[in-house]
Amino acid sequence: MTDARNGTPLVELDGVGKHYGNIIALHGVSLDVSAGEVTCVLGDNGAGKSTLIKIISGLHRHDEGVLRVQGEEVSFASPREALDRGIATVYQDLAVVPLMPVWRNFFLGSEKRRAFGLMDIPYMRRTAREELLRMGIDLRDVDQPIGTLSGGERQCVAIARAVHFGAKVLILDEPTAALGVKQAGVVLRYIVQARERGLGVVFITHNPHHAYPVGDRFLVLKRGRSLHHCAKSEITREELTALMAGGAELEELAHELQSTSDDDRAGTAAAEELAREAKGLHATKED
Amino acid sequence: MARPPSAAADERLGRRSPARRLLARPELGALLGAIAVFVFFSVVADAFLQAPSFSTVLYASSTFGIMAVGVALLMIGGEFDLSAGVMVTTSALIAALVGYQLTLNLWVGVLVSLVLTLALGFLNGLLYVRTGLPSFIITLGTFFMLAGANLGVTKLVTGNVASDSVRDMDGFASARAVFAADVQVGGVQVNMTVFWWLVFVAVATWILLRTRVGNWIFAVGGNAASARAVGVPVDRTRIGLFMGVAFCAWFSGMHLVFAFATVQSGEGVGNEFFYIICAVIGGCLLTGGYGSAIGAAIGAFIFGMVNKGIVYAEWNPDWFKFFLGAMLLVATVVNLVVRRRVEQSR
Repeated sequence: MTDARNGTPLVELDGVGKHYGNIIALHGVSLDVSAGEVTCVLGDNGAGKSTLIKIISGLHRHDEGVLRVQGEEVSFASPREALDRGIATVYQDLAVVPLMPVWRNFFLGSEKRRAFGLMDIPYMRRTAREELLRMGIDLRDVDQPIGTLSGGERQCVAIARAVHFGAKVLILDEPTAALGVKQAGVVLRYIVQARERGLGVVFITHNPHHAYPVGDRFLVLKRGRSLHHCAKSEITREELTALMAGGAELEELAHELQSTSDDDRAGTAAAEELAREAKGLHATKED
Repeated sequence: MARPPSAAADERLGRRSPARRLLARPELGALLGAIAVFVFFSVVADAFLQAPSFSTVLYASSTFGIMAVGVALLMIGGEFDLSAGVMVTTSALIAALVGYQLTLNLWVGVLVSLVLTLALGFLNGLLYVRTGLPSFIITLGTFFMLAGANLGVTKLVTGNVASDSVRDMDGFASARAVFAADVQVGGVQVNMTVFWWLVFVAVATWILLRTRVGNWIFAVGGNAASARAVGVPVDRTRIGLFMGVAFCAWFSGMHLVFAFATVQSGEGVGNEFFYIICAVIGGCLLTGGYGSAIGAAIGAFIFGMVNKGIVYAEWNPDWFKFFLGAMLLVATVVNLVVRRRVEQSR
């Protein structure tokens, strides 16, 4: 949090790019992540969101631009290096090992040890339970395989784990994507909680309705490039939605629905609805 | 998840019945199977329950059980080692040939064998980690290479298919006392390997459940990508597991040398499957991430009981493999059910 005071962002991307062979996955993306702020990265499938977080979390090296952590230029060779600098990533699908008990998952890779390589199991059990309780998950049995928890609960275990191990920056990869409305709400609450605890949060999502309420700063990616980067005060929810959906694309979709469902009254109605929405988006964008 | 931590939580816990909890133990299926096999042979074979024959059953179980420990850990880590069977012979041959040909104290041969066998395990692991090929293919390759080298080198050195007897050499008696001697327990001869087997199982269980490395083994087998992402040294863990199998192979090889003094160079082919069967009957998942060393020990015990029980029942021993195969299928189905139970209530 001292970093917030002296103005150095925790993580800073400056014109960062990445290509796989001749495919340019990401090009010229800049982004600041400051302590006590939620930075939302939005974009459709294939926009480069995954590539972006893989660079910050140490799974891939960037090929162009500069990545700075607390003002220092870095290029991570492994997730371990990113972790050691306080950058923890919660992945959508590979956050946990399903068949392993909750407490073993919680401490995996950072096991608490006593002498002779022995794990301090009572401590680990107790801590896992307490940290989860703090997140509002009351598990009677931290020995149950984590695969038996719901998707939202697993996300929260992963978030609690990152917070417990002193993460300064928390990267959340589509944490709400596969969740119901209520569960997504709970995950959003933890995002706010993490922000209140002074963490810098990078929240990746394709849902502007999830991003807008919690975000302080928004980066919209499209086809590997930065489409828009602004603070919350500079953008409305409608503008964000319009950027995301792209009014033109909605119109296109409306046309398609219209042509494929000429005899189908419901399809026509849907197409008209989409067209109306697209127009509305244009209107708000021009405001 | 957003449930209030009172009534709703109790309701969820209520769904996990004690029976299901017990079913979730990897050893349970094997334990029930072991009891069934034990009762069966106690009834059909009169000699089965006599102390000397039971000691023989334990001996047979232990010789396979020691290998099954290493193979089970590797399998929990998600991999196979098809070269495990012939590696035992390789290890034995190295000790016998080095000791005899260079006229050294046999303990030197034992140590040379340890180093070289561990190197073989390291090589298996390194090839797997570097190439990313399935361990099945890599160890199938090393399996045939070792099987060929065992025969080829032995013939080249001794002009025979077996190594020369090392019975009269320095160090034989003391090494035999460690690796192959019989011990009197309450008037019954029990081979040292039975006790070593228990030690191996205890150490492996301790590693799996109480140490950081054990956590890593489960994680690497359960979901290697997740494990890597949270900072587990996945490659080192895998190489270590292959070296664990090699260590067990070295120990089993030393037993061969000091139990029989000569080593048949063609031995060991096919044993790798028995080790895998022991581990699978004992509840290890073929896909990794689940299982226990105790389960593998129970699997080996079933193996030993069937192996010798058929002899005591005075049946044709050819039926042994039939029973073993049938038991493997039953065990795999039980494992499948267990895994579904565990993953079901998402």
